[in-house]
Amino acid sequence: MGALLFYILATVMVVATVLAITGRHPVHAIVYLVTSFFALAGIFFLLLAPLVAMFEVIIYAGAVMVLFMFVIMMLDLGHPESGVRPGWRQWFPALVLSAVILVSLLLAAGSPATAPRTGGEGVKEFATLLYGRYGVAIEIISLQLLFAVVGALYLGRRR
Amino acid sequence: MMPDPVEIAFVIAKIGMVLFVILTLAAYLVYAERRLLAWIQDRKGPNRVGPQGLLQPLADLVKLLTKEDVCPPAGDRWLFFLAPAMAAIPAIMTFAIVPFGAPLRLAGRDLPLQVADLNVGLLLFMALSSIAVYGVALGGWASNSKYALLGSLRGLAQLISYELSMGLSLVPAVMLARSFRLSDIVAAQAGCWFILYQPLAFVVFLVSILAECKRIPFDLPEAEGELVAGFHTEYSGMRFGLFFVGEYINIIVLGGLAATFFLGGWHGPVLPGILWFWGKALAFAFLFIWIRGTLPRLRYDQLMHFGWKVLTPLALVNILATAWWLFLTGGA
Repeated sequence: MGALLFYILATVMVVATVLAITGRHPVHAIVYLVTSFFALAGIFFLLLAPLVAMFEVIIYAGAVMVLFMFVIMMLDLGHPESGVRPGWRQWFPALVLSAVILVSLLLAAGSPATAPRTGGEGVKEFATLLYGRYGVAIEIISLQLLFAVVGALYLGRRR
Repeated sequence: MMPDPVEIAFVIAKIGMVLFVILTLAAYLVYAERRLLAWIQDRKGPNRVGPQGLLQPLADLVKLLTKEDVCPPAGDRWLFFLAPAMAAIPAIMTFAIVPFGAPLRLAGRDLPLQVADLNVGLLLFMALSSIAVYGVALGGWASNSKYALLGSLRGLAQLISYELSMGLSLVPAVMLARSFRLSDIVAAQAGCWFILYQPLAFVVFLVSILAECKRIPFDLPEAEGELVAGFHTEYSGMRFGLFFVGEYINIIVLGGLAATFFLGGWHGPVLPGILWFWGKALAFAFLFIWIRGTLPRLRYDQLMHFGWKVLTPLALVNILATAWWLFLTGGA
């Protein structure tokens, strides 16, 4: 049952992602990408990580993609016919990088897997780990985000 | 492990019952709103179909189902047809996590009156509420009409403004209950409702869910005075009906969630829990209708300023105060 669900979700995810990359229409690409995030959230659920699944939907599908959509509508970018098809200069680095990632994934999948955890990640364990062991990293990342916000404000303020 | 067939049957029965109750309530909420608004405005309201107009929702349903389903020729057909479902489904799905009554004891089993008791229940609500805006945004965009597009843009801007304060206003409730699980949050309010500890968080949450429902002080995406009907200008028939019913389902579900987070869920003296829960949820629905009959509409920049500069800081200060309070009273 779990394996069947996984293959269905994985197929949906791969197909949706490919469509999001190849589609010429930005709004359609967003819809496909949101579908893909949903399938990924389902996979996280199957992996007994409901917290990660929820964050996937809240942050990526709910916040980031909504902002993308807002910008596309606001700046009226939804005209695929006027868009420029990326040439091989744009395609080539992306292809090389994805080939590297794919090969490393295949190598990693070939090596013996670590024992699967049975209990699943509880919210409390996740929080203690995040703010205890990785507390400094969290602070550094939030500082970086703060810099980004201040920078954006400065750029937006210039007349 | 084989799942227990009795349990499966009970879950399916619960889902069926919840769907039936929610859809019927949503239809009658439309009727109740028309009657109450008429009462507020000293008119009569719909009173011709059946006794006191009680069959009006059925008449509306027949009308919506038999109307022609039109898609604008320059619109995006697929997204245009998908969008109403994208608006209504998250609203219905959210109810899955709401505990709507005290657990039943039947034949030696404990049967919780809640479809899914997830340990990330509150986060699921946040996730579904942020997804629900795609129906509005895509519906308006796919219509390829300027009014609809402006409505969708405002819908997106509105979501960005209230979503943060809504999430932050729920953090104190989680801090007090020490869990994202909605049944735990309700259980933590057995003695004292969270609204007594957290009046500020309750007010922020109430304003945010008013914005989430797109109800009158914040009904900017449809603002009929300026945008014809906003994002659903081009819709007709049952597709318009889905947007419409989705909005009323949202009112019921968010009322139920507000009751769950701040008013003790199904806890209450004397009466059975299920009556308390529905009483509280419908009291919120009544409040929403009353507000609609009373307040004027804000401008969308006023809402954005209000969300970012008033509600969010208030919610943040409230979280800090709650944390200090818990720390000093030894609750942490």
